[in-house]
Amino acid sequence: MDTISVFMTQAHHHCDTLFAEAENAMVDGDWEAATRQFAAFSRETEHHFKAEEEVMFPAFESATGMTAGPTEVMRMEHQQMRGMFAGMADGIRLRNRDAFLGASETLLMLMQQHNLKEQQMLYRMADQVLAGERCAKVLAAIRALEE
Amino acid sequence: MRGTDLAGLAAVMQTTGLSFDQAPPISVPFRFFLTVPLFIVAASALLLWAGPSALLERHNPATLAIVHLFTLGVLSMTMCGALMQLLPVVAGVSIGKPRLVATLVHLNLSAGSLLLAGGFLWGWKPAFLAASICLALGFGAFFVAAGAGLLRVATRSATTLAVSLAVLALLVTVVFGICLALLRGGLAMDFYAPFAVLHPFWGLAGWVGLLLIGVAYQVVPMFQLTPNYPATLTRWMAPILFGLLILWSLAEAGNDVRYALEAGLAAVYAGFALTTLYLHSLRRRRQVDTSLLFWRVSMLSLSGALILWETAGLLPHGWRDRIELSAGILIIVGFALSAINGMLYKIVPFLIWFHLQSSLPGRHAVPNMKEILPEVWARRQFWLYLASFLTLLAAVVWSPLVYPAAILLAASALALWHNLLRACYRRREAGHAAPGI
Ligand code: HEM
Repeated sequence: MDTISVFMTQAHHHCDTLFAEAENAMVDGDWEAATRQFAAFSRETEHHFKAEEEVMFPAFESATGMTAGPTEVMRMEHQQMRGMFAGMADGIRLRNRDAFLGASETLLMLMQQHNLKEQQMLYRMADQVLAGERCAKVLAAIRALEE
Repeated sequence: MRGTDLAGLAAVMQTTGLSFDQAPPISVPFRFFLTVPLFIVAASALLLWAGPSALLERHNPATLAIVHLFTLGVLSMTMCGALMQLLPVVAGVSIGKPRLVATLVHLNLSAGSLLLAGGFLWGWKPAFLAASICLALGFGAFFVAAGAGLLRVATRSATTLAVSLAVLALLVTVVFGICLALLRGGLAMDFYAPFAVLHPFWGLAGWVGLLLIGVAYQVVPMFQLTPNYPATLTRWMAPILFGLLILWSLAEAGNDVRYALEAGLAAVYAGFALTTLYLHSLRRRRQVDTSLLFWRVSMLSLSGALILWETAGLLPHGWRDRIELSAGILIIVGFALSAINGMLYKIVPFLIWFHLQSSLPGRHAVPNMKEILPEVWARRQFWLYLASFLTLLAAVVWSPLVYPAAILLAASALALWHNLLRACYRRREAGHAAPGI
């Protein structure tokens, strides 16, 4: 059975791939592909944020009693990343390649640090406190979001 | 929930949880970064002044002075500054009183590097003694702040292991270095003699190499979206290198065992360089940014230095000094400086961006990383750097080139300084503009 770490880390890799495809399309100057890939990237990443913010973080918080701890920092970083999505979207809307690539560079740094913190710390802690039954429940709830 | 779970969680939280949001004030790393170009300029000025005599052989006074302006004022300066920034974030090591520590390390390291260079140049004994005191204080503060934290880390990732070993190697380097400096300062001790061989090896193959390996594990996949380094490699490379260094230090000079150990060290470092170049070729990000160019030069230089080192025996004996000098330039100016320069172009704009967006309420006022430090400026500096590095290498063979090399090196450093200052100025600008809007 999947653990929280395994499941959520896969989501990170998936989002990384979509990010690279969107940025590569923009580097090639293919606006149509960049628009499409960026939409896929931001949709999937937003979905992953939602799985965390609405399902996994609350489960973690209620299992540990910590609401002002790591999950709060992660939520704040999600907000920062959403700001960069907006910057990339502006780049597409205004046909400004540099604005897009500047925002994507910033987003990548932010996203990779954030992912590392989640993978190396938060998910590991979550694996400890949300084992067995609880983990199955969390993963089921996340899959239910997809429908 | 079972009691053991909670206890385990508490332990994880204690050692890592704090690092969720623990970056030190931005002035902590920046004072180091902004000082670095000045030391490169100082080294270039010395090179210009000493001329061809600086590239005759490695024990020449001017050469030793230039070497330490680099290894202390440039490499150790950035590496200590970057570690004070990265340790809390990457390894969960909290540094108490970061400003005080940063001030102590920065001032003592700066003064100590200059005094040591002066001591080498003019052979003035009190300068060696004063340098020893400054460097002992500066590195001492660093070891107490960072080393103590590193010892306490509970979950040791491949990166924290490599970084811990690098810091240990720095300790060895500094102890040997200070003994050698005291020797030159008039406090003669017979048993110091072998330290002259051990000291540079621990400095370059230990401190500098291990730290760059540990950092590469994290930043190569992260900046370029490459696959990770293979897990067996990250687990074993740094400990094996460290073990080889220890064995090498114990082996008798001129002995076959020692040559075998050197070959082993070279093989592991070659493995690192080739793996990194291979990972770069697999990167998912197609954009070629300046930082990537710097990393490639770094890895190619490392490979070049190793090839030179291993084939030195095949070349005519009269070439020995030239080979040693070229290997030194390839390692210090090629491998180490290039990677560091490239990394600054990621770390500095990101930190400024991060600082801005957390201190400014309106998100729109915040310029992105490439607005803070434009790619074209970084690219120009890269070409200057590359020209200076290659000219310096060529100057080992044809000495008049030392003059253009020194001028190019200074120009590259000033361009770097300009880029970093300009980025900091953007911070000011945006910071002032925001409240008025
Ligand atoms: C406390 C700091 C340091 C002091 C006091 C110091 C002192 C010295 C001294 C006195 C020598 C001359 C050796 C002799 O008498 O033959 C020397 C050589 C050298 N040191 Fe340092 N050093 C320090 C740090 C470093 C660091 C951090 C590195 C490298 C990262 C380094 C690399 C070298 C190199 C490459 C040589 C040239 C040796 C040769 O070519 O044989 N030093 N150092």
